[in-house]
Amino acid sequence: MHRLSGLQRDVLSLYRQCLRSARKKPEETRENFRSFAEEEFRQHKAIDKKDFSTIEFLLRKGRRQLETYESPGITNITR
Amino acid sequence: MASLRTCTRLANAARFTPAVWRRGFASVEPIAATTEKISASSELVSEKKTSTVKEPAPDKDSKIKTFHIYRWDPDHPDQKPRMQSYTLDLNKTGPMYLDALIRIKNEVDPTLTFRRSCREGICGSCAMNIDGVNTLACLCRIPTDTAKESRVYPLPHTYVVKDLVPDLTQFYKQYRSIKPYLQRDTPPPDGREYRQSKADRKKLDGLYECILCACCSTSCPSYWWNAEEYLGPAVLLQSYRWIADSRDEKTAHRYDALNNSMSLYRCHTILNCSRVCPKGLNPAKAIAEIKKGLAVTG
Repeated sequence: MHRLSGLQRDVLSLYRQCLRSARKKPEETRENFRSFAEEEFRQHKAIDKKDFSTIEFLLRKGRRQLETYESPGITNITR
Repeated sequence: MASLRTCTRLANAARFTPAVWRRGFASVEPIAATTEKISASSELVSEKKTSTVKEPAPDKDSKIKTFHIYRWDPDHPDQKPRMQSYTLDLNKTGPMYLDALIRIKNEVDPTLTFRRSCREGICGSCAMNIDGVNTLACLCRIPTDTAKESRVYPLPHTYVVKDLVPDLTQFYKQYRSIKPYLQRDTPPPDGREYRQSKADRKKLDGLYECILCACCSTSCPSYWWNAEEYLGPAVLLQSYRWIADSRDEKTAHRYDALNNSMSLYRCHTILNCSRVCPKGLNPAKAIAEIKKGLAVTG
């Protein structure tokens, strides 16, 4: 596999963080959180990897979302 | 005005509804009845016999000014930010930029997004960069010179939420970090209020008026490059507001928290902050006072 750029590694690390915090959710809804995260990432799969400003914006947005949904008060997630 | 507009819209909708489906709204019915007559098919008039309806000529003494406004939509993150131009007749617009923005939003483009609340310089919501200067749109007059075109941007060096709305999360986080509240361990001597002499109260003048609009912080080049660690003029002014407060007992702690190379000493007295402050305050002086206090105590 080719070497990943810094930004690509940032995106992957955010995705891993999402999966990890999904695992801290109650067992019944864990799958909802996981698929929500997956879908959020899939949605923007087609973005050009050189479109840095867009990727950085989505990263910021994703981090903010993760911060919100991570709170233990949130027990389920739906579209 | 808005209700009137919805009425005409209803009337328009009714015009194209077949009579069978039309329902008898009392207010709409008379208009719908007259339009029905017009829409009944009539003989085709040849083009030679018709006259051209001219477009309404613009008012002779209308003052048309062009506004270029920064637009960016987070729902389409792959589209780059762009400038959109709007023209308004200044005779029909209020005197301030906020009036123009509200008029654009109401009458031309409802998708234009900006923060506004008090429209009199008390809330600090409508801070933006107008013609290259950070200011409150509600306190900034539109120059009557119509030859010059105006440019409106969100606050510089902030992440944009949408159009003219900046993301001030970092700014508020820094504000929280200076603990902007009265810190005391001893109860008041008479058990009722924390009293202050008139001279002590006077020290807070020029500090307490700050509305945290972030105009000064986002105009500071030093803050642009070190927004993570440098607190910026607005937050430092607030910090000094609590240092100067005679009722606060944690002054030493407050000084300690600022006594490092980044939080305070990234101020290089550029003085953009004092120049732009829409409330006419002097954050640079407050910063200088903190530096002075640190030089004496530390």
